[in-house]
Amino acid sequence: MAREYRTLKTEVRLPYEVAYGATWTRFFEGLKDKKIYGTRCKECKRVLVPARSFCPRCFVTTDEWVEVKEEGTLVAWCYTNYRYFGMPIEPPFVTGLIRLDGTDVNFLHLIGGFDLSNFEEVSKTLRNGIKVKAVWSEERRGHILDIRYFEPV
Amino acid sequence: MARAVAVVGVGQTHHGRRMDVSYPDLVREAVVRVFEDTGLSPKDVDGVVSGTMPSMMEGVALTHLYFAEAMQAVGKPILKTETCGSTGVSIAHTAFYWVASGMAEVVLAVGHEKMYEGDSQATMTTVLDPFYQRYFLAGAPGVFSMQSQLWATRYKIPQDKIRDAAAFISVTHHQSAFDNPYAHIKMKVTMEDVKNSRIIVYPIRLLDVCPNSDGACAVIFASEKVAKRLGRKVAWVKGVGYRGDEQFFGDSDKVVWQSAIEAAKQAYDQAGIKDPLKELDVAEVYNPFTYQEMIFYECFGFCEFGKAPDLVLRGIFSREGELPVCPSGGVLCTNPIGATGLIRVAEAAMQVTGRAGEHQVPGAKLALAHAMGGIDQFNGVMILGSEL
Repeated sequence: MAREYRTLKTEVRLPYEVAYGATWTRFFEGLKDKKIYGTRCKECKRVLVPARSFCPRCFVTTDEWVEVKEEGTLVAWCYTNYRYFGMPIEPPFVTGLIRLDGTDVNFLHLIGGFDLSNFEEVSKTLRNGIKVKAVWSEERRGHILDIRYFEPV
Repeated sequence: MARAVAVVGVGQTHHGRRMDVSYPDLVREAVVRVFEDTGLSPKDVDGVVSGTMPSMMEGVALTHLYFAEAMQAVGKPILKTETCGSTGVSIAHTAFYWVASGMAEVVLAVGHEKMYEGDSQATMTTVLDPFYQRYFLAGAPGVFSMQSQLWATRYKIPQDKIRDAAAFISVTHHQSAFDNPYAHIKMKVTMEDVKNSRIIVYPIRLLDVCPNSDGACAVIFASEKVAKRLGRKVAWVKGVGYRGDEQFFGDSDKVVWQSAIEAAKQAYDQAGIKDPLKELDVAEVYNPFTYQEMIFYECFGFCEFGKAPDLVLRGIFSREGELPVCPSGGVLCTNPIGATGLIRVAEAAMQVTGRAGEHQVPGAKLALAHAMGGIDQFNGVMILGSEL
């Protein structure tokens, strides 16, 4: 395996325009107004967030909209400090799995609002079970990053 | 179960950083070896099934077409099966179904990946939906980090104990890889090395994590008639199980993890296994991360929930233990993802036919092979045995 031969540097870049559909359009429009929406399943009664057009378990249409609290409990987190091509968020960053109050599934977003440069410091600040609250971007465009991050309360 | 099906032979490439070969040549290396192992030839094959990670990994879409010649699939039925990390076990399941149904006598299964040619973590984020999750789950390590925390928190397992058990697993697998001629990472590591290695995604350190590998694996599945005609020891498929969770990571429990529990249960029920720790002789568990391996032990019924670190530290899953896990060195030392699950099947088959060489578990008769895929979404299991 010692010998290496020629390599070709190549690249594939493709543009996409992906449809949100009615439910996710409404969810993302809500973010512009600093509102997080979920939908409640009429069979299992779970509140699902982000909002879904149907319950993944009961397979029934979920059209009961619920405005969800912007506070919740941190269930798990991870500190990412490496890079890959096309990474959408500049590392280091902390991802949190958050149970928003009154909901029945965990919501993924960023955890922030404090110095993230030193992992040891981050690990002193963050503990599973702490309360976190959404911090909104000044300029909102109907995107998941309209919430800048959730910060410890 | 339908018709009896056997794994009649296997072929693996030497896994590693294989910039010495083109991707089709790498695939051919494994295919040539499975024909050498079985004495069969391409004309004996009724159908070919192959699979990889998403096409973005190497930048060529529909690799089963790219490898039609390398797999000798020209003029034959060809299928691609793709379930992310569990692809290899899904390929094996597909080949099994094909022969078990009676529609084929001999099926060639090929899994392959060339991870050094692309950006593996960037590829893996394309598995995630583009609206929500792709922003936050940075490749595989972040997912496994959060899963391990959920597990530790649920069962109040002291961090020190988990850290020791994870390091113990890493040391064991790295040691085993020296006995596997095809393994990628061959490096002597100590408990202290693991515990002091660089943090990748807390609490996971470099030596808790699998490498990127280039590699391919080929396995031939055959009917009872063909298997008996070959006049050699074969590995019989005793059970298969596969389950998936929802695509949203936050929708389901990843500790008492239903897709892993149910996939194993389905395979155990078919194989008549009641007490896997006692009845299985060896397990090739998909273990790209040391911590996650312990969650699998619990979901597969090897021990109670929250107890895996205790059993690990008692050596239950070591080479000389009650149930040796990954005597090949496992995924932790070799991970060409599209091939990885099929390597688990190949290793399980080698064990129950007594052909595992230096890493043979003496007298192994019943083995479990497993792979996991997606954002902790899919689990697949295959049980192989020495007796029909």
